[in-house]
Amino acid sequence: MKDKTLSVSAIQEGTVIDHIPANSLFDVINILKLDKLKSQITFGSNFLSKQLGRKAIVKIEGKFFSAEEINRISLVAPQAKLNIIHDYSVTEKHIVEVPDTIEGIAKCMNPKCITNNENVSTKFKVVDKQNVALKCHYCEKITDRKHLEIL
Amino acid sequence: MKNKSLVSINDFSKEDYLAILETAAEFEKDPVQNILKGYVIATLFFEPSTRTRLSFESAINKLGGRVIGFTDAASSSVKKGESLKDTIITVANYSDLIVMRHPIEGSARYASEVSGVPIVNAGDGANQHPTQCLLDLYSIKKTQGTLENLNIALVGDLKYGRTVHSLLMAMSSFNPTFNFISPPELQMPSAYKSSLDDKGIKYYEHTNLEEALQYADIVYMTRVQKERFSDPMEYEKVKNAYILKNSMLEGTKDNLRILHPLPRVNEIDTDVDSNPKAYYFQQALNGVYTRQAIIAKILGLK
Repeated sequence: MKDKTLSVSAIQEGTVIDHIPANSLFDVINILKLDKLKSQITFGSNFLSKQLGRKAIVKIEGKFFSAEEINRISLVAPQAKLNIIHDYSVTEKHIVEVPDTIEGIAKCMNPKCITNNENVSTKFKVVDKQNVALKCHYCEKITDRKHLEIL
Repeated sequence: MKNKSLVSINDFSKEDYLAILETAAEFEKDPVQNILKGYVIATLFFEPSTRTRLSFESAINKLGGRVIGFTDAASSSVKKGESLKDTIITVANYSDLIVMRHPIEGSARYASEVSGVPIVNAGDGANQHPTQCLLDLYSIKKTQGTLENLNIALVGDLKYGRTVHSLLMAMSSFNPTFNFISPPELQMPSAYKSSLDDKGIKYYEHTNLEEALQYADIVYMTRVQKERFSDPMEYEKVKNAYILKNSMLEGTKDNLRILHPLPRVNEIDTDVDSNPKAYYFQQALNGVYTRQAIIAKILGLK
């Protein structure tokens, strides 16, 4: 318990993203382009979690996310929780929720889809929020978690 | 329905289908009317499909409309690299309605979002071909007198067959019983079967064609294509098992009718053609009436 308290209070202003499935940590880094950020970032992975088995945590100093960025995370870490930190304490908590529709974030897995052949941004209806299954608004094919590619 | 594009069979309700079928029946009685006088309808075929195009153009011509368009992408500005968006916006300026066929899936939905006039999808790759589905429904209703409670056998390539998937979804509103007859490699995808389970619709799977024929009101034949098999030996083993022959129709119900989206290759033996239960050529003619109805409804003329 001591470790957990220490790690959460370790940033002054910023965001802690908790409950990331351990195997999605690098997707989250990639999606949020954390490798491009100049701020101080701590990553932790393979913490034991009752809910996820093994989870990862990311703590980002001085960074707050927009709704669109949060949507991007929800595709690879649907149960992630965001803690907003001000002056070392958690002032807000957000549960990341998979939205009903996803626009311009994921790639359609169908190579014959119009979105992969013309300059058309992708649009999906989320048909399974738990396992992440996206039905393309255009070609009507399902892109599942296994084939999910973030743009 | 007025000014609404017809892109996917899922866009329209059961009531919409029935209204189109009713109007199609009126056109069957009186197919030559001058209601499209002064209208220009574009038929944009980004890939060739002679049968579908001629059916649409016949429907338009019989109603006094004029047709502009192209028959394949090679003879259009697409060849110069024009985007689909630019082509559609431009042609929408010249026409009252656009009928389009395109090899890319989702192209018709996208076109409907950029076009100033309604789009009728005449096939977008392996995705949707809703006017085929509506003419199938019309043929079923016309031959059986109803769409309700029918026994429908779907035969051949049930895995990739676009027409059988659309027909299955559309008929699901009318309490059917389905028999699926296909080689194991080309079975109905589980997504469609679970959709039937959700609706409580009965279906049975067979690998033998003759098993299900005696119960059927409608037999819907499709072609088993060689290129669908990863192992050519498997194709050789099953290729003759899904060919309908006249002798197999003995003992079948009097009201049984055989449908096929055409073109047929060899999956229906020509000895079936003279059997009164063969209906595939009339089915193609029904396509003209159904397309007349779809166009007239969308333009608000019926």
